[in-house]
Amino acid sequence: MSGHDYDAVNYWKANLRLIFGSLIVWALVSYGFAILLRPMLAGIPIGGTDLGFWFAQQGSILTFIALIFHYAWRMNRLDEKFDVHEE
Amino acid sequence: MDQFIINLLFVGGSFALYIGIAIWAKAGSTSDFYVAGGGVHPITNGAAIGADWMSAASFISMAGLIAAGGYANSTFLMGWTGGYVLLAMLLAPYLRKFGKFTVPEFIGDRFYSRNARFVAVACLIVASVTYVIGQMAGAGVAFSRFLEVDATMGLIIAAVVIFIYAVLGGMKGITYTQVAQYCVLIIAYTIPAVFISLQLTGNPLPPLGLFSTHVESGVPLLEKLDQIITELGFRDYTADVDNKLNMVLFTLSLMIGTAGLPHVIIRFFTVPKVADARWSAGWALVFIALLYLTAPAVASMARLNLMTTIYPEGVDSQPIEYDERPQWVREWEVTGLIQFEDKNNDGRIQFYNEGNPEFAEEAEARGWEGNEFTYNNDILVLANPEIANLPGWVIGLIAAGGLAAALSTAAGLLLAISSAVSHDLIKGGFNPNISEKGELLAARISMAVAIVLATYLGANPPGFAAQVVALAFGIAAASLFPALMMGIFFKRINNVGAISGMLAGLGATLVYIFIFLGWFFIPGTNNLANTPDNWLLGISPLSFGAVGAIINFAVAFAVSHATEEPPVEIQELVESVRYPRGSGTATDH
Repeated sequence: MSGHDYDAVNYWKANLRLIFGSLIVWALVSYGFAILLRPMLAGIPIGGTDLGFWFAQQGSILTFIALIFHYAWRMNRLDEKFDVHEE
Repeated sequence: MDQFIINLLFVGGSFALYIGIAIWAKAGSTSDFYVAGGGVHPITNGAAIGADWMSAASFISMAGLIAAGGYANSTFLMGWTGGYVLLAMLLAPYLRKFGKFTVPEFIGDRFYSRNARFVAVACLIVASVTYVIGQMAGAGVAFSRFLEVDATMGLIIAAVVIFIYAVLGGMKGITYTQVAQYCVLIIAYTIPAVFISLQLTGNPLPPLGLFSTHVESGVPLLEKLDQIITELGFRDYTADVDNKLNMVLFTLSLMIGTAGLPHVIIRFFTVPKVADARWSAGWALVFIALLYLTAPAVASMARLNLMTTIYPEGVDSQPIEYDERPQWVREWEVTGLIQFEDKNNDGRIQFYNEGNPEFAEEAEARGWEGNEFTYNNDILVLANPEIANLPGWVIGLIAAGGLAAALSTAAGLLLAISSAVSHDLIKGGFNPNISEKGELLAARISMAVAIVLATYLGANPPGFAAQVVALAFGIAAASLFPALMMGIFFKRINNVGAISGMLAGLGATLVYIFIFLGWFFIPGTNNLANTPDNWLLGISPLSFGAVGAIINFAVAFAVSHATEEPPVEIQELVESVRYPRGSGTATDH
C-alpha cells in the first residue's frame, strides 16, 4: 500500500475524522457533563441528585460503550468501502 | 452447613476448574504461549480482557473508595473505563496489524532502536511488577478471611495455582481461565448487589436502584444517604468538588494509563483480525461495565446499610450497644479491619466525623468523646453479603470472586513480564539465535521466576504498597501510551525524539511523585509534605501522569523536528499498520 495512493489517503482521513468526532463526545460526557459542566446541569434532578452525578457514575460509561461499537461498525464498513479489509 | 466448608467448596471448586482448563489448553509453541495461537474469538477475548483488567482493586477496593468519597471518587469509574475508548481507536487495531508478540517489540521496530525497546521493557517491568504486588497481597487477604489460613500460606496456594496454568498454558491457558474467572467474579459481584438493591429500593437492577426511592423512608436513596451522613458531620455524598483541575487530570491519568498498560494491550494480539480487535474492545467494555455500573450502587447501598446497622433507631437516637453488634462486625474485628474503642465508656458505638469542627458542639451535647468506630474501605464489598444478611452460599461466592479477580490479573501481568524478558531481552537482545524451543523454555522459566518474586513481594509488601498503583498508572501514562500513539499517528517522530520523549515524560512524573511521596518511596525522604497547598497548581502526585504524557508528546515533537526524518522503510511500516489488509496471525517475523 503506497502512501501516495489516493484511496489510502482518503481512508486514513476518514478514520481520523471518525476518531476526532468520537473523542469530542468522549470528553464531553466525562470531563464535560460529569465534571466541569456539572454545576450547569445541577438544575436537572435525577433520583435524589443531579444529571452530572448520573453521568459521572453511569452515563459516561454507557456512552463509552456506544462510542466503541459505533467506531468498530463504521470502521469495518470503511475497510470494505476502501477495499483494505482482510479476507 | 458450616460457613468455612461452604467457602472451601466454592474456592476449591473454582480452583479445580482453572487447573482443568490449564491441562486442556497446554501451549505447544511460542505463538500459543505469547498470543494463544492468535485464534481467540472477539467476545471470548472481551471476557478475558474483563478479567485481566478487573483486579483485586476493582473487585474489592473500588466500591469502598466510592462509598468513602462519594461523587469525588467517580474518577475511578470514568478513568478505568474511558481508557478503552482510547485503546479501541488509537492503539489496539494498529498494534494488532503490526502483528508481533510484545509491546516493546513495536516500540523497538518503529523507532528502529534497540535502546528504545529496552526503555520500553524497563517501563513495562516496573509498571507490571508494582501492579502484581497488590494482586498477590489481595489474594492473601481474601484467603486469610474466608479460609482461615495464614495470609502467607494463602498466598503460596494462590501462587501454585497460577504457576500451574500460566507456566503450562502461557497466554492460551491464561485466556480460557480468564474467561472462567470473569464468570465467577461477575456472578459473585452482582448477586449480592441485586439482593441489596431489592431490599432497599425494590428495584432488582442495582444501577437503577441507585437512583430509586428508598422503600423504608419514601425518599430517594441518595437523598436519604446524604441526610444520614451529613447529620453525623460527614461530607455530603453527592457534593460537587472544588478542585476540578485535579479531578480532570486524575481521571485523564487513569484513562491514558489504562490504555498504556501492556498486560491489557497484549490481549488484543490474540484475535484473528484487525476488525476483531475493534469488536473486542467494545465487548471488553461491556463485560467491564457490568461490574463498573454496579459498583457505585454497591457503594452507596453498603454505606447506607452500615449507617443503619449502627443507628437502627435513626441518627437522632442512640447507636447500638457494643454487646449487641452483629456477627459480621465480630468476625471482621478479628482481622483488625474493623476497630472499636469505647472512648466515653457508655457501651455504645458512636460513629461520626470527629474531624468536623461544626459538628463538635452537637457531639459534646450528646456526650460523645470522639469517634469510636473505624473500618477499612476494603471490607465493604467482602462484608456486603453479611451486612445485608444474605445466605451463606453468597459469602462463599464472594470469596471465590475476589480470588478470581486477583488471580486473573496477576496471571496477565506475569505473562506481560515473562514475554518481555524472554522475547524482548533474550531473543531481541542477548541471544537472537535462540531456537523456538529454547525461547519457549526461557519464557516458562521467566514466568516461574516472576511468580516467585511476586509471591515474595506479596507476602512482604514494601511499605509503599498503597502508592505503587499510582506509580504503575503514572509510568504507563507518561511513557508507553504517548510512544505507542505517536508511533502510529505521526510518521515524523524519529528514534531520538521518541526516546527523549519517553525519558522526559517518565522522569518528570517520577520526580514529581518522589518529591511528595519520598525518593523511591523511602519514608521521610520527601522534599515537601504531600498536602494540596504544596502541589503545583493543586495537581496531586497521583494525577501527574497526564502531565507527564503531555511533556512526552511535546519533547518528542520538538526533538524529532530538529533532527532527521525517519528512514523510508520506517515510514512504510507506519503506513502498513494503518491499513488492515494482510495482517495474518501475530508472528515472530
